[in-house]
Amino acid sequence: MANFNLNINGENRQLDVDPTTPILWVLRDHFQLVGTKYGCGIAQCGACTIHMEGAAVRSCQLPVSAVGDKAITTIEGLSENGDHPVQKAWLEHDVYQCGYCQAGQIMSASSLISENPNPTDKEIETAMNGNICRCGTYTRIKKAIKSAAKSEAL
Amino acid sequence: MTIAKTTYGRRSFLKSTALAGGGMMLGFSWLASCKPTPEQLIKMPKEWFKINGFLKIGENGLVTIMSPNPEIGQNVKTSMPMIVAEELDVDWNDVLVEQAPLNTAIFTRQLAGGSQSIRAGWEGLRMAGATARRMLQEAAAQAWQVPVGEITTEAGVLHHKSSGKSAGYGEVASAAAKIPVPKEVTLKQLKDFKIIGTSRKNVDGLNLVTGKPLFGLDYHRDGMLIAMITHPPAFGLKLKSFDASEAKTMPGIKDVFTIKTYEEGYTKTAFDNNAFNELVVVVGNTTWETMNAKKALKIEWEPSPDTTTEMNLFGRTMAVHFPAGLENTDTHKVKMAEQSTKKGKVVRKDGDPEAAFKKAAKIVERSYTCPFLAHNTMEPMNFFAHVTADKAELAGPVQTPEIMEGSVAARLNLPLEKVDIQMTRMGGGFGRRLYGHYLTEVAVISQKMQAPIKLVYTREDDMTNGIYRPSYEAHYRAALDSDNNLIGFEVRTGGVPESPLFANRFPAGSVDNYLAEDWTVDSNITVGAFRAPRSNFIAGAEQSFLDEVAEAAGKDPIDFRLELLKRAQDDPVGKDNDYDAERYAGVLELVRKKSNWENESPNVYRGVSAYFCHNSYVAQVLDMVMENDKPTVQKVYCAIDCGIVVNPDAATNLAEGGVVDGIGHAMYSGLTFKNGVPQQNNFDKYRLIRHSEAPKSIEVHFVQSDIDPTGLGEPPFPPIMGALANALYKATGQRHYHQPFVSERRVMG
Repeated sequence: MANFNLNINGENRQLDVDPTTPILWVLRDHFQLVGTKYGCGIAQCGACTIHMEGAAVRSCQLPVSAVGDKAITTIEGLSENGDHPVQKAWLEHDVYQCGYCQAGQIMSASSLISENPNPTDKEIETAMNGNICRCGTYTRIKKAIKSAAKSEAL
Repeated sequence: MTIAKTTYGRRSFLKSTALAGGGMMLGFSWLASCKPTPEQLIKMPKEWFKINGFLKIGENGLVTIMSPNPEIGQNVKTSMPMIVAEELDVDWNDVLVEQAPLNTAIFTRQLAGGSQSIRAGWEGLRMAGATARRMLQEAAAQAWQVPVGEITTEAGVLHHKSSGKSAGYGEVASAAAKIPVPKEVTLKQLKDFKIIGTSRKNVDGLNLVTGKPLFGLDYHRDGMLIAMITHPPAFGLKLKSFDASEAKTMPGIKDVFTIKTYEEGYTKTAFDNNAFNELVVVVGNTTWETMNAKKALKIEWEPSPDTTTEMNLFGRTMAVHFPAGLENTDTHKVKMAEQSTKKGKVVRKDGDPEAAFKKAAKIVERSYTCPFLAHNTMEPMNFFAHVTADKAELAGPVQTPEIMEGSVAARLNLPLEKVDIQMTRMGGGFGRRLYGHYLTEVAVISQKMQAPIKLVYTREDDMTNGIYRPSYEAHYRAALDSDNNLIGFEVRTGGVPESPLFANRFPAGSVDNYLAEDWTVDSNITVGAFRAPRSNFIAGAEQSFLDEVAEAAGKDPIDFRLELLKRAQDDPVGKDNDYDAERYAGVLELVRKKSNWENESPNVYRGVSAYFCHNSYVAQVLDMVMENDKPTVQKVYCAIDCGIVVNPDAATNLAEGGVVDGIGHAMYSGLTFKNGVPQQNNFDKYRLIRHSEAPKSIEVHFVQSDIDPTGLGEPPFPPIMGALANALYKATGQRHYHQPFVSERRVMG
């Protein structure tokens, strides 16, 4: 066990935990931030995607000891009121079916747009290929990312 | 009192709030600023008046509608309340939606399966809204001393034209709640629908995009412990002994023990199906600690014996055989191929197929296969239970809560009314969560630990636990005469361990000489319903085969199918054909028109397919292009006849998903076995379709219809596999017979 000072969604959080614990389980079990989902545990499905210093990372493969003082953002902290352009685009396109993977999709998409404000179809496919949607909402996700990119550009 | 009016939909942000009456709710607009304007302060009712089991009305006019069925992503939590709201005649913006409790006294068929929620719920949901509307009218009539027949309603307001009186529903809700339930009500005419047939956003949208706890895995209770199970690594093995000495000393671990999911002598229903009855359980404080202790278990396994179990399969007691042994995919393939060459069990025979094949000018003969599939819901199996001496409280994702309540009650030896199951949103179902052994597992664990428990399967546990889509093979023969008429058709099909045959579906009824046979091969690998059971293979096989027959006959594949359907419509062969040939032809005609079938584009390779299942008709055209020598799905056109469409954009979403799901599974997915061990246990080895492999666009068209709604969750899924195979042939010159097609392909990467 070891003590950690974490910066999660702009708040300082402290905890005493096994240093190998993936940040996914720290978020879910210790802080009840359950918007970040468990899907595979081996960084293959993207359901657990969060931002570390703004970049999309798979939280199931990120031990808490590797986080340090880097800023972690989860779906709960992406915007104050669910009004991030990507969240708004998701609502506009009513993207989700079961919805389980969508927090991870949104975190990957928002990271993509922040790095590349006007992604091509191919760039979207490449950036999003690590996020599985078992319900098959891929065409809607692509449309939503494009309209989010457009609204960002305005 | 007036109805609270706002400039935007209130329900999307109110729904997450507890619905206890009273108080001022602070709403916020996610579309505008984050600071609420006065109009955005939503007044929650001080009091709710329960009109019936489906709805309650607040004194300020807000309406809460209960969504009775489990939500697995098919969007019934939005579409079922829409039907109630329609007949209630209320403004959809004044509606809040709640997941109903499991209550068989009020609700019927609280089940997600068979694409039947809307079809089976349709009348009851309409009646719930219409009776409430009538009670409101009667309450107003009494208050105003006017005949009830003179009272009209519009968007949550009652009007009496000649006296000029009007009142919001909320103002008479208290009185309406005391009105006896009318024996008869008038339902709306279809032409008067204002909500049904219009697209309404998912009521959980904002909760989903902000990561609110909606799913079973998100369920939390103070003092709750985490449990994980370990099952045998191979089908055909069972527990021999285990050593938990190390695991028990690990941090955060509470206990390690074994459980038996079902007791000896219990007659399982189809939905109690499980492969591994005795499990090693680890209980700990947190998921990570429990996962680690699970890895430290030392377990010995031994062969399980050949068993024959009596199961109650839909009211019939049947003996189900599970042979001993460690099975292999290679052996399955050999056994299936062998069966295909032997006479099967004749299920349907019309005319004289043997004679037809003897006199045929051309015979086409082909075999098709598919592997086992794991459902792979993105949210792995999990459930919460808190079992005390006299009651059991459960919560989580399950498609069959009503049935599982019985299983849990039987296992705990509690009366049915002492078992409560709360339905959470499900991170996918696809049939997997029809089989609720994990509810009984967590109930037994909680009983033993005397603590609230959340049982969590790892992805590996989930993928290797059984309840798979069976592996199938279908062997087809078609006889054409010298004028290229189809004079004989034979299908001989089966699987490990189930047959996918639908003997009375198309092309039965369209051919004079028809033979359908089937067979099965016993297995100890457990199987279960997987989105559009049986159809999810046989549709693709049959529609690929018909494409080859059309080609052999020198006919356009759509013309060829329409020709057969015309025969089935005008002069059907046999009496038991279970499809409507006119509606079947209707979707083919529609997809032909929408896809501009006659106008071929250079370098675009098209495949067509059509199929009937779950009471609905779907035809699809798939356009493929070659990109860097790789076949790529450019576009899919989808025509659907599922009767009245309740929520068109959500229905379109579901159909798009079915298309992507079908392409994905036919092209990439499969579960194989070596010595009983599933060779794929996570997404590094088990391939699911990803963004770059999905169609670039999907166009969905619904047949305009005034027929009561039929199924939609499953029907768009099976036929696309045929359209995919047929387009692949056009694009590459190679026919594809064995799913996943990627394993057959030299080009597809």
